[in-house]
Amino acid sequence: MVEVAFQPTSVPQARTARKASSLRNALKRKSTMAFLMTLPLILLIAIMVIYPAFYSIHLATLNKAMTKYVGFGNFQFLFKRETFWMVVEQSCIFAITAVIFKALIGFIVAHFAHNIPSRKQRKWRGMLLVPWVIPPAMSTLAWLWLFDPSYSAFNYTLGLFGAGPIPWLGQTAWARFSIILVNVWFGAPFFMIMYLAALKSVPEQLYEAAAIDGANWWQRIWYVTLPMMRNIIAITTLFSLIVTFANFDITRILTAGGPLDSTHVFATWAFRLGIEGGDIPLGASVSLFMAPILAIAAIFILRDISRRGNEA
Amino acid sequence: MAEVSLREVVKRYDEVEAVRGIDLDIADHEFVVLVGPSGCGKSTTLRMIAGLEDITGGDIAIGGDVVNDVPPKDRDIAMVFQNYALYPHMTVAENMSFGLRLKHYPKAEIKSRVAEAARMLDITDLIDRKPKQLSGGQRQRVAMGRAIVRNPKVFLFDEPLSNLDAKLRVQMRIEIKKVHQKVRTTTVYVTHDQVEAMTLADRVVVMNKGRIEQIGTPNELYHHPATRFVAGFIGSPAMNFVPCRLEEAGGKLNVRVTDRLAFALPPARAARYANAPRNEKLLLGIRPEHLSEANGHAAPGVENFETVLDVTEPMGMETLVYFTLQGTQVCGRVNPSAGARDGAPLRLAVDLNNMHLLNEGTGAVL
Repeated sequence: MVEVAFQPTSVPQARTARKASSLRNALKRKSTMAFLMTLPLILLIAIMVIYPAFYSIHLATLNKAMTKYVGFGNFQFLFKRETFWMVVEQSCIFAITAVIFKALIGFIVAHFAHNIPSRKQRKWRGMLLVPWVIPPAMSTLAWLWLFDPSYSAFNYTLGLFGAGPIPWLGQTAWARFSIILVNVWFGAPFFMIMYLAALKSVPEQLYEAAAIDGANWWQRIWYVTLPMMRNIIAITTLFSLIVTFANFDITRILTAGGPLDSTHVFATWAFRLGIEGGDIPLGASVSLFMAPILAIAAIFILRDISRRGNEA
Repeated sequence: MAEVSLREVVKRYDEVEAVRGIDLDIADHEFVVLVGPSGCGKSTTLRMIAGLEDITGGDIAIGGDVVNDVPPKDRDIAMVFQNYALYPHMTVAENMSFGLRLKHYPKAEIKSRVAEAARMLDITDLIDRKPKQLSGGQRQRVAMGRAIVRNPKVFLFDEPLSNLDAKLRVQMRIEIKKVHQKVRTTTVYVTHDQVEAMTLADRVVVMNKGRIEQIGTPNELYHHPATRFVAGFIGSPAMNFVPCRLEEAGGKLNVRVTDRLAFALPPARAARYANAPRNEKLLLGIRPEHLSEANGHAAPGVENFETVLDVTEPMGMETLVYFTLQGTQVCGRVNPSAGARDGAPLRLAVDLNNMHLLNEGTGAVL
């Protein structure tokens, strides 16, 4: 066989055989097979995520009529507008405050739910999740009624004590408060369920060891619970920060950005400019502005997680 | 340092009574091991001493003070857990100093105590590592170090060696004994391994079904077990129990095992069993080490008999032989050169000076 291979006429044949066998070897490799099997999903992501993302970048570089390339013209225009900076400020206040309160309330509720005996705990867990499972567009409509200046239950109750009425959605400070309140109400159950799962994964013996070491209730939370939950806290915070930052429905339904654009967040203002105002490139530019802010937050939070990865 | 005493201590979980009225006095500096099978209530007892479980009834006192309602942190105890329970986010030094830091000890003292404990346990090089970077044995040392630095009144060990492999277990056993010799702190140690209990304890407490079966030094338990449970639990391989009865023949007391096999009791044993019932069903308790190959020399109290072996287990330094007597499997330990083979006959010698007679019904040792 070996001598035959050295005959000049058989060289092309040998080359074809080598090609076929290297293809077979490539297919046999696990990484190749894994890539081929995930290819449909990769294509799906490319079509559904990457294409629209790049398309919106492309849109942001066009003029209002979408006929001319203007480069960074839309961004330069935005930077000069006072409303834009107000939206930046409001988005940051809204997202950060809401996430802090959601995390805080979620942690406290999770802690109490964790201490309820298991059979009753399931019922409480289910009930506490209700705000999160109702479509926010629906539940926000109910909140809209609760905030109504004339007929709302809130102002009626306050009236019984001789207080109010409060312009819940009519004054900038109150409107911002109301939006954050509804967002916290809607989002806290997500934190609660994530923290509850994390609490359950902390070994009971660590608490016992801490109790014997002399830690009181608060010290056990500070020195055992929180450090053990750090990664899950970081991930839920990042996730919630992204979702809250991009929140649209609550602000849209409650105030539609008012009064005087003072409660607009990026999503609602992008909608106002792009869809209602008919300037799609400008709307795209606004929505793109969320990306760098969230990227910075993500880098900080994820870097912390990977640094601590070797502890658990 | 302090003594620990338990009076009529009961623990009940809903319907189940885990600990059923325990009385136990542990002296200052003493190393007491609670041993028993799973579910015998030994861990629950330890956890009640620690304050991790409420007690349903009775009193627990540490250093003369009743601590029934005192939280764990105020009992001045330290505990080593089976799975170490080290704080994964803290370094070895932080783990060991955690209790002292909570009590606001001066930094210099914390440092010197940690260094001293680390030196004693040979973990000085590991002081800046996190628990994840340590092996099982090293983690166990750190857990012990965490207990030592506190300099508590009482050390509590909850099956600390169960997660280690056999070789490491032997090593750590010696380590624990050395530490106790140095610090002399009153220690309560829970294990299900009777070898650990025998090798470590000043006194062993054998527990079964929530009660104490017997308290005694390792030698007392081995030579003078009070019940069938203790006789069977202490010693490895376990004591053999063969149905038998006592009979008098020619003014001598015999223990009859089968129609064709009876052993004459040596005078000391005959005197002890002089008043034992003659017609009741009894059990002859004999440890494998007292069943060896017959060597031709007649010794007082040693009787020879012929048997056919079922199975042999060569262990190197000795061979375990198994044969059947009265439908019961019996184990003996013979010299590897005795020629014991599966299915072959062998002449064995039983040392009746170390025998026990037990009441089959009550399990009491006569």
